[in-house]
Amino acid sequence: MVVTEEDKIFAKNFNINDLPDVPAGLPPHLKVKQNRVVSKKDAPVDTANAIYSGSHVFSGVDNSVKLGNFYEDFKVDVISCTETDMEFDMIGIDAAFANAFRRILISEVPSMAIEKVLIANNTSLIIDEVLAHRMGLIPIAADPRLFEYLTENDVPNEKNTIVFKLHVECPKRQSRLQVLTKDLEWLPNGSEFLKETGGSTSTSTTKPKTYTSFSCSQDSLPEFADNPITPSYLDILIAKLSPGQEIELEAHAVKGIGKTHAKWSPVGTAWYRMLPEVVLLKEVVDENAERLVKVCPMNVFDIEDMGNGRKRATVAQPRNCTLCKECIRDNDLADLVELRSVKNHFIFKIESTGSLPPDVLFTEAVKILEDKCERVIADLS
Amino acid sequence: MEHGSFTNDSHASFTLAEEDHTLANAVRFMLNQDPRVTLAGYSIPHPSLECVNVRVQTTGDPAREVLKDACQELMLMNRHVRSVFDKAVSEFMVEYARLKAEKEKKKKAEEEELQKQRELLDSMDIESN
Repeated sequence: MVVTEEDKIFAKNFNINDLPDVPAGLPPHLKVKQNRVVSKKDAPVDTANAIYSGSHVFSGVDNSVKLGNFYEDFKVDVISCTETDMEFDMIGIDAAFANAFRRILISEVPSMAIEKVLIANNTSLIIDEVLAHRMGLIPIAADPRLFEYLTENDVPNEKNTIVFKLHVECPKRQSRLQVLTKDLEWLPNGSEFLKETGGSTSTSTTKPKTYTSFSCSQDSLPEFADNPITPSYLDILIAKLSPGQEIELEAHAVKGIGKTHAKWSPVGTAWYRMLPEVVLLKEVVDENAERLVKVCPMNVFDIEDMGNGRKRATVAQPRNCTLCKECIRDNDLADLVELRSVKNHFIFKIESTGSLPPDVLFTEAVKILEDKCERVIADLS
Repeated sequence: MEHGSFTNDSHASFTLAEEDHTLANAVRFMLNQDPRVTLAGYSIPHPSLECVNVRVQTTGDPAREVLKDACQELMLMNRHVRSVFDKAVSEFMVEYARLKAEKEKKKKAEEEELQKQRELLDSMDIESN
């Protein structure tokens, strides 16, 4: 190690009594290690989180998340929110939470999906099993909170089943027909298919037995009175029919969770990433600046005029950075740029399939995590 | 379910049925935040089993109580997350509606201005050459 003149002066004037009694926070180099992941050329470093409350105790720093601190520091910034998509920033929270919310959104928030398909006639090219599978994947715009789970011993009734009818026929001597989700017809009174009963014991006074036993019509319920249940999108292709082919079926949708089958996942996807932070370690000028702007496919950098025809690179859009490392792969630029991710700042995105708006989905997910805690506490006491 | 010892209740493992990384990782995080905890970790014994084992070792307090406190704290944090999130969303919606209204107002004003100018132009009765 080379001892510079500066170090000599520092050592000469150094007096231990001038130091503060208690170190104020972590020294900067450790702070970066604690709060940032740095993407190096071959692999990221400092990825692990020191989650143990006493990990920095020798520096006099308390590493624990106190409820009080969390209440002050935690922040949510909504970037955009529509009926189907949402993007927001979650700041001041550990990845353990962000990941729990993401996992719950994908696999444990309930939604409605077609589970049973009763096929009366199918002369189309698509075989019954494949057709039934395709029906299952159709997202249905119905609030799952208004329904109950259908358990093994339950009879399908108006509280746990939604029934759709599909009856399409392609007339002869016409062009091919597309069967779309808009052809699905909601049956608020339940199944119309009669259940075969052994012998003719059923009298004419009782209602004929069908595959569901609704006690009342679903459209008489206040929730569905003026908004009938439909698929989320009315232009999804189910099958194509040639002249003379026909599909007649009934589809029964029930409530479920994504853990059982992905068709019950209420989100197309829910994902998060850490906030990228692009740092220029030294001033990037002239040729290098131009090179830096050119090499970045996400347009993170911009050029600033310094006068005298000189140029300097600036970080204009750090949020655009996808950590593709294209800039640090360049040998001349590798020492000038550092790509970091902020460990406790998450950019969270939710894409709903249409059963509930994404913000409601997120609150439902948090509620589910709460319920889990409650269950554990109840088990232990 | 707790697997502990009769003589020392500061070390124990717990089996949480029908749970996975979702809860266990969050609980482990909360446990590690507790200064009373000397060791906390979790494992899933087999991918086809629907349970997790959580190991808690403390400096002396009963492990069961410490785990319960961690869950309690986790629940309170969740509640806070929910309230902050709901507030942020409602604020965003208000702001969004305001911006939209402003935009429409601006558009309307522009249209009116255009209409006015057109009328003015008509009334000036410019002779065409």
